[in-house]
Amino acid sequence: MNERITTDNHSDSAFVRGVKAGLPIFLGYFPIAIAFGALAVQANFSWMEAVFMSLIVFAGASQFVGVSMIIAGAGTAQIIATTFFLNMRHLIMSLAVNNQMRHFSAGWKGFLSFFITDETFALLLLGGGKGLEEKRTPSYMAGLMITAYLGWASGTAAGGLGAGFIPAEITTAMTVGLYGLFIGLLVPPARKSINFAAIAISSMFLNWALGYLLDTGWSIVLATVFAAGLGIFLIKEDG
Amino acid sequence: MKVLLLIVGMALVTYIPRLLPALFLDRFKFPAWFKKWLESIPYAALGALIFPGVLLVEKDQPLLGLAGGVVAFLLSLLNFHITLVMTGTIVTVILLQYLFL
Repeated sequence: MNERITTDNHSDSAFVRGVKAGLPIFLGYFPIAIAFGALAVQANFSWMEAVFMSLIVFAGASQFVGVSMIIAGAGTAQIIATTFFLNMRHLIMSLAVNNQMRHFSAGWKGFLSFFITDETFALLLLGGGKGLEEKRTPSYMAGLMITAYLGWASGTAAGGLGAGFIPAEITTAMTVGLYGLFIGLLVPPARKSINFAAIAISSMFLNWALGYLLDTGWSIVLATVFAAGLGIFLIKEDG
Repeated sequence: MKVLLLIVGMALVTYIPRLLPALFLDRFKFPAWFKKWLESIPYAALGALIFPGVLLVEKDQPLLGLAGGVVAFLLSLLNFHITLVMTGTIVTVILLQYLFL
């Protein structure tokens, strides 16, 4: 019995382990979604419209940009077009995630693809070195992604109803915290493989340079596409 | 009504890029170079997501993001669990703001 308690993550189902792995994203999303909910109310959304948007769009950057554009007086078509281009990086990320889901049914693939964000993508593909087989199960991925989703939706509701009771300092800290998550995911594999480190660092500087020419969304897309191209030359056949 | 139309429109153009690879990835047999490219995407994407974005969280306070990023980097090098790396970053940024700004 004690044995079971000390090694409890072996007795949990894959779904529950996915939920646990997704908790850092839940915590990171919640205050940022509060800020989104509050901003949406300023743009004359009802709190339910704000939550509806978080439930069916589920893309932080797009939602902030969309609502800010409404406040700035932009039209519906303009906002939808901007959202489309802003989301091009999800296409690249979804390619990588779907590459891990090759053996899933079409229904699971279509369902799980909805939940791809910068953070769920990063955690699914790079979170920890062990249990890689399990990470490629629908239950684990669903647990992780739905946890992130609930953080985003519940935070939006809180922000829409309570309108900004979280101090700006906390929202800033949580946003930097999500960067901390990215860094924490990238460092271990980059230490193990000089190739992965080279790809990541090239991508940073490429994105920084492209940032002078393009807006943020496009520079991230192009930096990712080209820096990942280095992998073609660096990675040996079996990775 | 106009708001709902906007929301549904945004939802469609957000889901389409996420969905396309699910529909088409299996239909093709990809060459080896394409698989290496796919395998490299997570590292390239994380690099681009981190820098220079981490410096721009507070536009006029780049050192705040830098401090958080450096703490995350050091905690990762010390092999702390991802939750602790994130917590350390958040606590650092909160303390810096209340102590110095």
